[in-house]
This record gives sequence, structure tokens and C-alpha cells, in this order.
Amino acid sequence: MMSNIHVTAKVNGDDVEFLCDPRETLLDVLRDRLNLTGTKEGCGTGDCGACTVTIEDRLVCSCLMLGVEASGKSIETIEGMAKGDKLHPLQKKFVEHAALQCGICTPGILVAAKNLLEKNPDPNEEQVRYWLAGNLCRCTGYDKIIRAVLDAAKEMREAS
Amino acid sequence: MNYHTPSNFLDASEIAANSVGQIRFLAGGTDVLVQMRSDILTPDDLIDIKHIQGVKDITQNNDGSWTLGIGVSGAEMSEHAEFKKAWPGLVEATDLIGSTQIQGRATIVGNLCNGSPAADSVPAQIAAGATVSVIGPSGERTEKVENIPTGPSKTSLKKGELISAVHIPAREKNAGDAYLRFIPRTEMDIAVVGCAVSLRLDNGIITDARVALGAVAPTVLLVDECAQAIIGTKLDKAALKKLAQAAEKACNPIDDKRGTIEFRTDIAGVLAVRTAKKAYDRAQGK
Ligand SMILES: Cc1cc2nc3c(=O)[nH]c(=O)nc-3n(C[C@H](O)[C@H](O)[C@H](O)COP(=O)(O)OP(=O)(O)OC[C@H]3O[C@@H](n4cnc5c(N)ncnc54)[C@H](O)[C@@H]3O)c2cc1C
Ligand code: FES
Ligand code: FES
Repeated sequence: MMSNIHVTAKVNGDDVEFLCDPRETLLDVLRDRLNLTGTKEGCGTGDCGACTVTIEDRLVCSCLMLGVEASGKSIETIEGMAKGDKLHPLQKKFVEHAALQCGICTPGILVAAKNLLEKNPDPNEEQVRYWLAGNLCRCTGYDKIIRAVLDAAKEMREAS
Repeated sequence: MNYHTPSNFLDASEIAANSVGQIRFLAGGTDVLVQMRSDILTPDDLIDIKHIQGVKDITQNNDGSWTLGIGVSGAEMSEHAEFKKAWPGLVEATDLIGSTQIQGRATIVGNLCNGSPAADSVPAQIAAGATVSVIGPSGERTEKVENIPTGPSKTSLKKGELISAVHIPAREKNAGDAYLRFIPRTEMDIAVVGCAVSLRLDNGIITDARVALGAVAPTVLLVDECAQAIIGTKLDKAALKKLAQAAEKACNPIDDKRGTIEFRTDIAGVLAVRTAKKAYDRAQGK
């Protein structure tokens, strides 16, 4: 058995370091070692997207990545989305459109939607639906989520 | 579990060769991590091959052929405009693997070496005539992609061997490739049947073709009879009928909740026809 490995990385712009067992997933590291519990665990096998974060601006399931693989990488989680008390336009629109109920899927969907709008500020409905196909929601029926994303995209385009 | 981050392929091969237990190479981890998480397998030695120089590169060589690093993700292939233009079928097959999040990590070499008969990028790699470089204790060799899988979860790679690069031929003029799969949903599902076709035309007549079928046998199949059915034709009705029959005949599928033997066999014929038409249109620049 190997001892814990020392890892340094950046999370939401801050330098972090942690010790972790090589078998630990990035999701476990975020939640249990760094106390960033905004990232959720649904399935643990890549199917639901609740654990979505970005690594070097690329969307990944943090349950399908090891903590040790994050060494030297820049990670963004839901905790980095609001600036202090100021919600991101996507977060505001999710509240306005009631695009969440239990909220388990919400952090992952917000991180995924933000990444989409950075790549494509003007997606159509089909593009949003395909982009978010790996984010499952058991509560809302998706419609309000899609409308909130499209509305936030519109507001962000008008503001820029 | 020991976690290794070798900086070159020889070291990676040596670690694997000297391991006394189970080993896995870690590319995108979208199969390995699922196996670890579901307690199917936790390797004794996990060898992360993404620290090796060049593994993220997509390179077009002087002769027009392509070399893909073993760490290139599906998303990176889709974003590479020139590669996508040359091999749209291979890119569309790879793009079908999982969600946006899975695309951020999954590689076509992982897809190949995981050994699933339903692996989406594998028929397209085979149709494209792709080869891989294999490094191991007995040196380096080049292998055709169709010679790697030997059965569900099994490959022809020996202890200590790993793939160090994927080679895709230069795309000729008047040529095209395509991949289609049948799934009961529109996204996020495993192929019931997959079909890839790559072909080349001379004045509308097919001069070369390669047809591969996935999920209809213990390994992905390169079906020469399908290619012969359409070579020398303009993909007319008679040729398409022969193609469908050859595809059906090649099937040796399983019977499961996702599709019966009869259904998979029938769909293989239908998909072969549709995929060939799509590749033919692309070869004509449509
Ligand atoms: C939610 C979800 C959806 C999915 N959907 C699909 C789908 O629609 N279609 C599909 O085909 N697959 C699908 N998959 C399976 C998986 O994503 C793919 O097989 C993927 O291409 C694996 O690539 P990877 O880089 O993540 O492989 P890894 O998990 O890193 O490795 C897979 C295997 O390949 C071996 N390996 C990796 N690199 C090398 C190398 N260079 N040399 C030798 N051996 C090597 C490893 O030892 C391991 O056994 C899905 C997975 C998930 C979790
Ligand atoms: S918890 Fe990671 S995808 Fe479900
Ligand atoms: S709000 Fe409950 S799962 Fe989406």
C-alpha cells in the first residue's frame, strides 16, 4: 500500500495543497479534504454530471478523475461562480425561472452551462440540450433549466 | 495501489512488465475509474501516461497522414478543424462517446484497449485504416487497429506492452468516411449496432472501401464482403442490397435486453446502407 501523495493545485484561483490516497477521486478530495461541498455526488460513475467541475477550462466529471491527477492543474468549482454576494447571471436566472427543486444537480448544471456560454455565447435550444445531456435532473423536467440558460445567455450578450 | 507517472513510454512499459499484480494504464480514466469505483477492479499498479511528452498532440505529417497522441481527448479531436475535415466519420464516432464531460477526458486508445465490442470509435478507426505503434519489452512494432481487440475486454497486447501513438492515413481526394450507431435514445447510450464506412471514388465509381461493424460480434469486425459488395459500383440499388446482405451475414451478436439477435442483425444491414450513403455523399463533397 502506498502512502498519501502530496498534491498542489489551484482551485477557483487559490493555491491549494493536500495529501491524498492515490485511489481517491477529485470529487472526494474537493468535498472531504478541501471542504468544498458545493460539488455533489450523484452516481459516482460518470452518468449524472452532479460532480461536474472544470480542469483547465475543460468540463469533467470529478468522480471520474483522481485527486492526484489534479497536480499542477487549475480547477473551477461552483464555489468560484458568484463573486462575493453577487450571483452569476446564470445563478440569478435559475432562481428567477425556478430551474431547481432539490438542488442536487444544480451546481453541476451551472458549471456546465457557464462553460458552454464561454465557448458559445449564443447557443440555440438544441445545442443547450445536447451540451447538458450528461447532467441528469430528477426534479425539474429540464424545461425550466433550458429556459434559464437561454435567458441568461441573452442577458449576458446584451450586457457585453 | 501504486500510482506512477512515467515521463516516457519505455519507463511506462517497464513498470507494467515488472508489476507482480494487475496493471492499468490511465488515459482519460472514463473506463478505469468506473471499474475502480464499482469495485470491478482496483489495479495494483496504475500507470498515468499523460505526463509523457507529446501525448496531447495532433500532427499532420509531410505525406498528409496524421499522428494522434494517446492522450488526445474526444473534445480535442472535434475542435481540430483540419483533422475533422479530413476524417469526419472518425470524429463523429468519437464524439458519440458519452457526454460533454466524458468528451473532456476520453481517448480513442482507451476506447480501443478497453475492448468493448460496442466501442464507438473503433469501427471508424478500422474503416479509416488506422494503425497503432506498440511499445513493449521486445521493442516497438506497428499493428493494425483491427488486430488489437481479441474479445470482450481482451486485447492482443502482451504484458508490458502499450500503445504509444495512433496513425491515420492521409485522406485521398474524392474520399469520405462516416459512422452511424443505433441506440434506443438520442444521447448517452451504448450502441446496439455501430457501422463505419470509408470509401474512395473515381468518377462516381467506388474504387476502395472499408466497412466495419460494431456490437454484432465479440469484437468489432472489418467485413471484407461488405466492401466487395460496393467496390466497382456507384452505390446503386443492387449494390446496396448486396451490402446489406453481407452485413447481416457477418453478424454473430448476443441476445440481450438492448436488442435480440434478429433485431441486431436486421439493423446491421440497415445501418450499413445508410452509412455507406453518407460516406458516398461526403466523398462527392456533398
Ligand atoms: C457515462 C459514460 C458514458 C460512456 N459512453 C460511451 C459511449 O457512448 N460509447 C463508447 O464507446 N464508450 C462509452 N463510454 C466508455 C469510455 O468513455 C470509452 O471507452 C473511452 O473512450 C475510454 O477512454 P479513456 O481514455 O477514458 O480510457 P481509460 O479508462 O483511461 O482506459 C481504458 C482501458 O484502456 C487501457 N489503455 C488506455 N490507454 C492505453 C494505451 N496507450 N496502451 C494500452 N492500453 C491503454 C487501460 O489500461 C484501460 O484498460 C462511456 C463511459 C462513461 C463513464
Ligand atoms: S457523480 Fe460524477 S457523474 Fe454522477
Ligand atoms: S433539482 Fe433535483 S435533481 Fe435537479
